[in-house]
Amino acid sequence: MSASEGGAAAGTRAAASAATSPAASAAVSAISCRNLSVSFGRRLVLKDVSLDVPAGHWTAVVGPNGCGKSTLLRTLAGLTQPDAGSILLGGRPLGEWPRWARARHLAWLSQSSGQSELTAAEVIGLGRVAHGGWLARSRESDDAAIARAMTATGTGAFAARRLSTLSGGERQRVHLARTLAVEAPVLLLDEPTTHLDPPHQEDVARLLRGQARERGTCVLSAIHDLSVALAADRLIVLGYRALIGQGSVREALAGDWLSAAFQTPMQIIDHAGVHLWRPALEPPSDA
Amino acid sequence: MSAPPAVDLRHAIRGRSDWGRLAVWVSTCAAITLVLTGLSLVVGTSSAETSLGWIFAPDAQSAVILWDIRLPRAVGAWLAGALLGLSGAVAQGVFRNPLAEPYLLGTASGAALGVTLSLLAADASIGGLAWAGQLGVTGAACIGAAGAIVLTITLARGVLETASLLLAGIVIAFLLTAVTSLLLLTKPEIWRAMQTFLLGSTGFLSWSSVILLGIVFLVCIVPSTLLARGLDALTLGEDTAQSLGLSLPVLRLTLLGVTALGTAAAVGQIGVVGFVGLVAPHLVRETLSVNHRQLLIAAPLCGGVLLQAADLVSRWVVRPAELPVGAVTACVGGAYLVILLWRRNRVG
Repeated sequence: MSASEGGAAAGTRAAASAATSPAASAAVSAISCRNLSVSFGRRLVLKDVSLDVPAGHWTAVVGPNGCGKSTLLRTLAGLTQPDAGSILLGGRPLGEWPRWARARHLAWLSQSSGQSELTAAEVIGLGRVAHGGWLARSRESDDAAIARAMTATGTGAFAARRLSTLSGGERQRVHLARTLAVEAPVLLLDEPTTHLDPPHQEDVARLLRGQARERGTCVLSAIHDLSVALAADRLIVLGYRALIGQGSVREALAGDWLSAAFQTPMQIIDHAGVHLWRPALEPPSDA
Repeated sequence: MSAPPAVDLRHAIRGRSDWGRLAVWVSTCAAITLVLTGLSLVVGTSSAETSLGWIFAPDAQSAVILWDIRLPRAVGAWLAGALLGLSGAVAQGVFRNPLAEPYLLGTASGAALGVTLSLLAADASIGGLAWAGQLGVTGAACIGAAGAIVLTITLARGVLETASLLLAGIVIAFLLTAVTSLLLLTKPEIWRAMQTFLLGSTGFLSWSSVILLGIVFLVCIVPSTLLARGLDALTLGEDTAQSLGLSLPVLRLTLLGVTALGTAAAVGQIGVVGFVGLVAPHLVRETLSVNHRQLLIAAPLCGGVLLQAADLVSRWVVRPAELPVGAVTACVGGAYLVILLWRRNRVG
């Protein structure tokens, strides 16, 4: 599908739901790629993928396991070199960005961030490295950004604890806070809701939506949990190697992109405007 | 998610580092160092009473023993230990492995080969290697250690692949050890001289070695502490560190350079003394909750104290003879690691 269709559709949706976000204009995409192909060794993971991810929207990347969601985000973050294709960050080729400037403009959250003996506050503070460089004296503006990130993620309560002593969910929120502390216009988040209990998943979904709408951030996140992903503004649906489609959730559902991607019929229930995936399981026998 | 009061957050952010406890640690280490230095002045081939007498009523000969033999030995041992502690802490950070140690890149084997070559060359029967004999044991060890690191990095094709570097380090260490052993087979008479070096000894230390070690220590500690935040970032993974804007090649090359230089200098002066570089950072982490900037300050202090203490023990136990200091550090360090292992197993 073309970029203009996506933009128009998103605009219609925003008007229909009277959302506070500005109408999307895919013409000024925060990050985009053209004909991207990426392979690991001899295995082709992404083939000829072209995307436009707009600012001010939360876009979720969905698709089956191993379809290349993480690879797509890593490539857009400049961590994996594509075989072919081009990436534009803020209209400028990704490779032309100076290292520190790029790190201030684009923040990336790994699917599995390492263990560390640092405290949660220190880990979150690392999000400010690109703002101070190697010698990094922490300034007022850094402290303020760290405090905002802690408040947004509810990590202040265990800020002084070592990362290794936190639970998986707490750790995940610390890493998310570290990414937010960069205060970058583009956020690439690989599975930000893993390890989180349902209320915290909901908090993160609300947070990502808020980041996009209130701060105009371009939020692009790979999310395997469809109930969370369908709360996003836009979807990028990946099948094996191929892009199935990109556009609003409404378009994705109308085109049944999910069934095409997962290669199995996917039932989505519309529950008062909230979309839920319904597994095709028989009810439990004692029901 | 409810936000805790802003005051608490500010405290958590500013209080992110435990500088207060670090200050206690630093002063404790400094105090122990002073005591150990004092003690090492009175331990030697002569009895402690005689040595004490020298301090209060020195004559020309005793002044030389005290101030030109024992004092540089104590200070030099501290500096060498500090270099090993620093190199160990940096190596563990760069390799993201708590079992990493300064000799990982093949330095010890390279230094041993260098010394063997220089001893062989000093033996007049071998021509062509005369230039190596001129270097002396220290210079040969330094060059050998540096050469081993260059070989390791070349074999690993750069510094970016941790696993390749570790493997290359092991390969080079084995290769150089094999060459050393073969050379020693041809000349059994230098085997004894080699042993002193392989087991470590502070006996070669002089004021000029102290000055050299001091300069190397300064050259090493400054860039390491400046790049400490990069090591913090590395604990989250190499990709994350890169996404934070850090240049991995710059970070790794500089820090591996520091480890290499620090280890080569220490090995050159006191021979192969094991365990100090491995244990010193561990001891710090066990007692203090630290980020890398604090670790890189505390680990050298700890290494210095450890090596000074080991040196003192090695000169005390079988006095007036001496034990090899490397044997003492191996016993103490090994015992410590075993305790650490038991404690972990119990916790696990």
